[in-house]
Amino acid sequence: MPEPLLNIAGLDAHYGDFQALYGIDMTVAEGEVIAIIGANGAGKTTLMRSISGLLTNAAEQVAFKGRPIGNLRADQVAYLGIALVPEGRQLFPSLSVEENLLLGGKVARPGPWSLSKVFELFPILKERRAQPSTSLSGGQQQMVAIGRALMANPELILFDEISLGLAPVIIKSIYEALPGIVGEGMTAMIVEQDISKALAVSSRVYCLQEGRVSLEGTTGTVTRDQITAAYFGVDA
Amino acid sequence: MSAPVVTRATPASRVAMVIAVLALVVLVAAPWWAGRADMRLMGEIFLYLSLACLWNLMAGYAGLVSVGQQAFVGFGGYMLFALTMFGGLHPVAAILCAGLLAAVLSVPIAALIFRLRGAYFAIGTWVVAEVFRLSFAQVSALGGGSGSSLPVGIVKSLASSRSGREALSYWLALGAAVTVIAAVYLFLRSRRGLALTAIRDSEAAAAGLGIDIWRTKLEVYVVSSAFTAVIGGLIFLQKLRISPDAAFSVNDWTAFVIFIVVIGGIGTLEGQIIGTLIFFALRETLADFGTIYLMVLGTVAIVVMLKAPKGVWGLIRDRYDLELFPLSYRVRQDGSDKGA
Amino acid sequence: MEWINAVVQGVLLGGLYALFAAGLSLIFGVMRLVNIAHGDLIVLAAYLGLSTTMMLGVHPFVALLIVMPAMAGIGYVLQRGLLNQTLGDDILPPLLVTFGLSVIIQNALLEAYSADPLKLSGGAIETASLSVGGLAIGVLPLLTFAVAVAAIALLQWVFYATSLGRGFRAVSDNQDIAQLMGLNRAHVFGLAMALALAVTAIAGILLGVRTSFDPSVGGGRLIFGFEAVIIGGLGNLWGTLAGGVILGVAQTIGAKIDPGWQLLAGHVAFLVVLAARPNGLFPRVEH
Repeated sequence: MPEPLLNIAGLDAHYGDFQALYGIDMTVAEGEVIAIIGANGAGKTTLMRSISGLLTNAAEQVAFKGRPIGNLRADQVAYLGIALVPEGRQLFPSLSVEENLLLGGKVARPGPWSLSKVFELFPILKERRAQPSTSLSGGQQQMVAIGRALMANPELILFDEISLGLAPVIIKSIYEALPGIVGEGMTAMIVEQDISKALAVSSRVYCLQEGRVSLEGTTGTVTRDQITAAYFGVDA
Repeated sequence: MSAPVVTRATPASRVAMVIAVLALVVLVAAPWWAGRADMRLMGEIFLYLSLACLWNLMAGYAGLVSVGQQAFVGFGGYMLFALTMFGGLHPVAAILCAGLLAAVLSVPIAALIFRLRGAYFAIGTWVVAEVFRLSFAQVSALGGGSGSSLPVGIVKSLASSRSGREALSYWLALGAAVTVIAAVYLFLRSRRGLALTAIRDSEAAAAGLGIDIWRTKLEVYVVSSAFTAVIGGLIFLQKLRISPDAAFSVNDWTAFVIFIVVIGGIGTLEGQIIGTLIFFALRETLADFGTIYLMVLGTVAIVVMLKAPKGVWGLIRDRYDLELFPLSYRVRQDGSDKGA
Repeated sequence: MEWINAVVQGVLLGGLYALFAAGLSLIFGVMRLVNIAHGDLIVLAAYLGLSTTMMLGVHPFVALLIVMPAMAGIGYVLQRGLLNQTLGDDILPPLLVTFGLSVIIQNALLEAYSADPLKLSGGAIETASLSVGGLAIGVLPLLTFAVAVAAIALLQWVFYATSLGRGFRAVSDNQDIAQLMGLNRAHVFGLAMALALAVTAIAGILLGVRTSFDPSVGGGRLIFGFEAVIIGGLGNLWGTLAGGVILGVAQTIGAKIDPGWQLLAGHVAFLVVLAARPNGLFPRVEH
């Protein structure tokens, strides 16, 4: 078996005295699209923060391409090739659309994504390039957030709550853009409340419950009942 | 099993109370056992302790970080001189009047500088102190920029003998320190004090509880300013000479006081006593080194702020779970005392 | 005519105050840090200029070639070594640590240079003046004002048109997300302080050529800079220049009425603005 792109082993994450994750084990192979599902407070966002370096842990608990990165800061992790599309978009209000994208390109790893390629993916952003990022609609802001992460040409891209707070038609168009993104050979982890959406685009799924992995499997083999049990913690 | 009792007192606080009363008796008797220089030093210690308690009340509890309390120290000093020289008041009456005048004056000042947030508030208080300094430097009747001395007649009105004056000045300083500590302690134990603690812990939460934050802060500012002016009057009653630069010195009346509070432990009453003692111990041993001493003091304050932000008292309290001025409630069961 | 002269002198003096304020404004904008030691750092720059001119025998303006990078280096090290540790939700640590720093710098300067007032010798430029419509305008104040305008234009350009400025704004908006973009905030803050103190170096040299200085004058310079920032409105660099000019004019007009009122008039102008327009005259427009 080839070395996984991302290997999480016994990840414990804490916010001060509060422990949010308990011994998470997870592997992600190159080219996979992984769905992370779970109820509110299950630890999904904490997992994203731990992988991206916003939350630092013991070094060996997160390994990327065989290298322990659990203790690295987010900016160091970014240069290694992991990008996060954060929950709630979180664009920089002082920066224009184009400046947000350019800042994403600061890491500038070699790869297919560039400003023009992002504008090709989301043409509306080209029209709005000079506008303040906060003047955009929620869906357009999500496009900027995705484009901003792509600009770094990451090998692993993390989407945290990709459709939260967006209109269904917007969600649909964003999900339509996903294959074009992952098609470039990028590996992705998608945190999603909408389980069917998550399963439709992913090859494997992990379910978190109260900071622990409660279910793991390939999308085709897990049953609805298994997911319900893993999600809510009731025996089906 | 008996029902749990909620209490503030602890054995340590009761012992501390007894020791404090004994110490107070010994201190009151100082004119009969202490030398002239020692009494002068102790008087100074009491006045700095008072300033530290007041600054701590503002910064440590009400979140009003001022670097301009020298405005009120100097104001109190100048009012002592002005009211005795031109108003014919007895010095003690003049000092009490200075406190009242400072309270009145602090209201419009607060209305202005409360508009500044956080650190900008701090510098705003400094501007106010500069306005005070420059204004008093314009008053030629009080000696203008070079200042003036308290006339002999007024000095003699305190007591006819020099030792009598020194004893009185000492007792006034001791009395001021006891009054300030008691006032701050009782204030913090009151409902308003609890409101303050709520503000310190979270302004949003305090507002949610229906606490008028602006008003509570204003009260603290006014009360602290009034007491600070009284202390200022006492300081210059000891010195008998005043000038704008000495009266409104940011180093003497604010920097040192802040260092005392930070080193002792901000947000605690016990810390002010410890901080004052440490400050004077450093000063008495290192004062000969002048500038080096001040650099050491600044460095110690920075290190404490970064490495032990709760100060020396915070370290002691965490280690031994002590509270000499009990402000927090403890739940006690079966006669055992344990911090909640 | 005398009054017009006072106003013109005040405007030019305002340039110097804007230079005091620019660094203060920049670091507040990027990291919400209010540096109480800012005035002492201005004075430190003046003393570094003095030592440089004495050791190398060069003009104070030439000394800037050394003092500017030196101050920038001090700023970077200070920020990463000390000030970054104070940043957070609590306003006390940065305030008290920079206050301690102020006392340390002041006394270190006393130890090194004594309390005697010193001055940088600018040579002929100090007394040179241009005659414009019956007014004698000093070349040095004019140059100071021009430098202030140029410095603020440059800062504005850095802030809004370079990738460094983009980083400053991003970190100021959201430190975590900026970190995700590969910006190490500790480094970005270090660069911001370096830039701020490079401007401070210019302010310190111009101060030292204009008037004599001693280690105790830092507090006053901090206050002037602070007043210019608040009068102009937080977060607006051109507003800061306007704030400096208003402060300068208030001072020279005050001095014209009575020499003892110079500083007082400046403070009163500040308090009046604070009373009438708490957000300053030109607050930043959120776009």
